[in-house]
Amino acid sequence: MNNSTKNRLTDKAFQYFGIFNTFLGLVMLAVFIFVIMQVGLPRLNWDFITSLPSRFPEKAGIYTALIGTFWMLFLTIIFSVTLGVSAGIYLEEYAKKGWFSKLLEINISNLVGVPSVIYGILGLAFFNRYLGLGGSLLAGSLTLSLLIIPVIIVTTRESLKAVPKTIKEGAYALGATRWQTIWKQQLPAASGSIVTGVILALARAIGEAAPLIVVGALVYVPFIPHTPMDDYTLLPIQIFNWTSRPQPEFQVNASAGIIVLLFLTFLLNGISIYLRNKWQKKVKW
Amino acid sequence: MRRPKEKLIEKLLAMSGWLTILTTLGILVILVYESVQFFADVSVWEFLTGTEWTPLFSKKEFGILPLLTATLLTSVIALLVALPIGLSIAIYLNEYANRKFRSTVKPMLEVLASVPTVVYGFFALTIITPFLQSFIPGLAGFNSISPGIVMGIMIIPMISSLSEDALFAVPKSLRDASYGMGATRFQTVFRVLIPSASSGIIVSIILAISRAIGETMIVAIAAGQQPNFTFNPLVPVETITTYIVQVSLGDVPRDSIEYRTIFAAGMVLFIITFVMNNVSLWLKRKYHRQYE
Repeated sequence: MNNSTKNRLTDKAFQYFGIFNTFLGLVMLAVFIFVIMQVGLPRLNWDFITSLPSRFPEKAGIYTALIGTFWMLFLTIIFSVTLGVSAGIYLEEYAKKGWFSKLLEINISNLVGVPSVIYGILGLAFFNRYLGLGGSLLAGSLTLSLLIIPVIIVTTRESLKAVPKTIKEGAYALGATRWQTIWKQQLPAASGSIVTGVILALARAIGEAAPLIVVGALVYVPFIPHTPMDDYTLLPIQIFNWTSRPQPEFQVNASAGIIVLLFLTFLLNGISIYLRNKWQKKVKW
Repeated sequence: MRRPKEKLIEKLLAMSGWLTILTTLGILVILVYESVQFFADVSVWEFLTGTEWTPLFSKKEFGILPLLTATLLTSVIALLVALPIGLSIAIYLNEYANRKFRSTVKPMLEVLASVPTVVYGFFALTIITPFLQSFIPGLAGFNSISPGIVMGIMIIPMISSLSEDALFAVPKSLRDASYGMGATRFQTVFRVLIPSASSGIIVSIILAISRAIGETMIVAIAAGQQPNFTFNPLVPVETITTYIVQVSLGDVPRDSIEYRTIFAAGMVLFIITFVMNNVSLWLKRKYHRQYE
């Protein structure tokens, strides 16, 4: 076999290796999910969703965890969207190019890389202990907001950047002020892609457990929260709790809980992909 | 009338910008403040070189090394899984696959990163570990190899997308010159593209390790809660992040030394990831300039 054939064979071999690897992770994930479905689906029924937690695996449900997760999502949206989008607008439209905006930028890239459990420590010391919010939904959602605000800032900036300059100049030419231009022209034009990014960030937030355990979410809550000051548990934390129990019946519960959690995660991801495609098709600058 | 309102809005927006700085400062102040108190009781030397970590026992030892080695062990295993797979995906998508395949597969790969980490932890504990036990005798129920592998699967998209960006940034002229000399795609990739894109690929590796080091739930579920000072991937270990969660789940009294350990451990975790993230940011800026 001469050199050239050998080279061509290596090339071909690597091509198959590449295809194999591309699907390796996905196939493994599919197998995992298939196994989970097999174990968990029979357990998944209306009772499971509407039952309180219990020492008896066959009676236990995810009601408090699910309501806690919805509360958490709701509060986190309020805090993270207002603060994240405002900061994004400021950085993109107001901040003068200089050392300060450079510092902010480096800082935000750093915050994206800080492990989530460290945000939990921040929340524990500041919201939980210093402000005295304890293990409340409020403390948890503020912590989770700090975690995803950097992502929302980056999304907002990129969305605003994609809005053509002509829109802004047109508004100025008609005598609009800076804020009127942003509020009435740029923000609506950028809103589609901001919403997409925010939903993606929420899809990540809904699966977070570590920072919220640190900031004081409970593992066992026998009631649903009614105000932001109430104690709570979350779906991922409930799953973690069941997973760490020795009885196999709780593993079945964990599988059923995982199906619900994955459904919510993929639903949010799906919505954001759908919106992105819709948006991209509609807008041709 | 308009002017004051405009000014007020700008001020409000600027405050949200400041919030990000305050977040970083808050993290730093809290970690330093609590760690200083911790190191009033435990010597820094003992903390950094001790090989036993038993703050929750009656006989307390505060050597972080077992937590540190466990953290590195699981992260290195994750990288050993993710690097060959992620890099070959990047090469395949960039050099072999057509545009349509690439644009379909890339969002699919992102799914791997979107699965919640408790779910991955459950996979590691209930699927991968029993599977490995069927042919690795003596593999404990909690170990670092199984969460390491699963963490590797999770960070595949991180390595593949960042490396793909790096490969994509290599000037077309280099690629054309290589093909012009009669090189195959394989030769072009390994002798021209990868060396040229090396700093970008290193960025992806550093960020992936940093992500693995900070990962919590996968190791908390599947690696165990026993601070063993070992590099044996088959026995239970406890990572820094697991320890923080373990203390948070218990009833540790506030202002006790046990309580402060999580800040000292968090400090170590923060410093490691901070250094890695900034090295990668610096490298990224450097290679972006290289080809401009």
